[in-house]
Amino acid sequence: MEHLITNLFLFFTNWLVSLGLPPVWADTALLIVKWTLIVIIIILNITILIWLERKVSGFFQERLGPNRLGPFGAFQTIADAIKLMTKEDIVPCAADKLIFKTAPMFFIVVSVLLYTVIPMGKDLQVIDMNVGVLFFISIGSLSTIAILMAGWGSNNKWSLMGAVRSVAQMVSYAIPLAFSLLGVVMITGSMNLQDIVEAQKNVWFIILQPIAFITYFIAATAELNRGPFDMPEAEQELTGGAYTEYTGMRWALFFLAEYTNLVAVSALMATVFLGGWQGPWLPSWLWIIIKTYGIILVFFWVKWTFPRIRMDHLMSFSWKFLVPVTLANILLTGAGIYFFQWIGWC
Amino acid sequence: MFNISAFSLYDAVFIVIAGVTLLAALGVVLLPNIIYSALSLILTFLGVAAIFFQLNSGFIGVIQILVYAGAISILILFAVMLLMNIEPGRTNLPTTRLKALFAGGGITAMFLTALIAAIGFTKWPQLQLITTDNSVEMLAEAMLGDYVIAFEAAAILLLASVIGAILIAKGVQEK
Repeated sequence: MEHLITNLFLFFTNWLVSLGLPPVWADTALLIVKWTLIVIIIILNITILIWLERKVSGFFQERLGPNRLGPFGAFQTIADAIKLMTKEDIVPCAADKLIFKTAPMFFIVVSVLLYTVIPMGKDLQVIDMNVGVLFFISIGSLSTIAILMAGWGSNNKWSLMGAVRSVAQMVSYAIPLAFSLLGVVMITGSMNLQDIVEAQKNVWFIILQPIAFITYFIAATAELNRGPFDMPEAEQELTGGAYTEYTGMRWALFFLAEYTNLVAVSALMATVFLGGWQGPWLPSWLWIIIKTYGIILVFFWVKWTFPRIRMDHLMSFSWKFLVPVTLANILLTGAGIYFFQWIGWC
Repeated sequence: MFNISAFSLYDAVFIVIAGVTLLAALGVVLLPNIIYSALSLILTFLGVAAIFFQLNSGFIGVIQILVYAGAISILILFAVMLLMNIEPGRTNLPTTRLKALFAGGGITAMFLTALIAAIGFTKWPQLQLITTDNSVEMLAEAMLGDYVIAFEAAAILLLASVIGAILIAKGVQEK
């Protein structure tokens, strides 16, 4: 079971080479197959996630959640997908049409790109990049542009206001996000995600870096625009923020991209802080899925427990609390590394 | 990331990336709407980052995306969107004044000639092919080892300019 997927990939490339294709082209074909698989898994996974989030929110609010279509309402998301796909595609006549139409596509492409570096099992990674952590952060920062494009292109004051809020929030929270990963990078001495997983063979980084884990979780919630930091959407004040003018499939693309980001960030947290694909008995690709789902459930828990906070509180929380705390964590980690080297423990 | 021995595929990828980058760079200058110019500037930065990735220099590529495409372009877009109060379709029009056209064209031609001459007359050393990317370690050793004083001086200069910008924006309060 452990080598099932890697063996399938190996079989595929060997089969292509035996057909007379040069090895480089076989590798390129394998890359295309991997991307296709990732996109299919993302789409199938999201139907499960949306159903799960509805069930969890129903549980938190003491109601049933979806319960009519299929067992436990499991087919509700499929019905929703059919509704969204058959809905009329409305583009406002005053909108900047090119920007309005490209924004959702750009968002979903950027979100899928995040999966390039995440190790989804032993030797199971699209590209084993030695600056993996930085790649994840930098690609994640690009989704800001998509939201700004959506807000500007809609030509609507609520949309622009939501986009401006979202950009301010994402730019501010990107700093503690990157800083909290630095502690782990300092201990490992590498930005390669496979190396970081290997370094957690004996002890998970959530135990060595508890402060970094908490600050990363808070900053990631803000980066994902999820509750309690969902100011950019804020239905009650901004009627949906940057997504106000979007309908049907274009809106669904934004929704899809947000959940894609959620899964990617949870998988990164599982990789960096919870030992990644390592675990006893079960195959490695199953372990990363279990850990990712665990973190996603915590994200749901937080979203449906805390009320939304005010915009100025949100900004000052990042600049006046999270940034100093993460900086202190880096200092503490550096001092700790020197101390343990001095007493000869590592 | 890419195998050098597969010359044709490597070349094809480079041509596609370079073409997109050049088209986007032309778009920055030629498009009449300044928002479109800013967005094609982002595409240009991403293209340059892609070329860095293809040259096996992942760190520089990632920094290119993080700093230029992710931060500076967003500041440009932000400033344009918040300050603009005229119709966006007429914000970046080419000039129609003949003198300005001649002056701009002349300076561009001068720079282009100097650049082509410099590239043509320089004896380029044969560079070694880099197969493993250890640029992070090398950069760290250079910046925090040999050039640490210059690095810190640049950091202090940046800090001073940030504080100065805040002071100018807030205005000095009379006591």
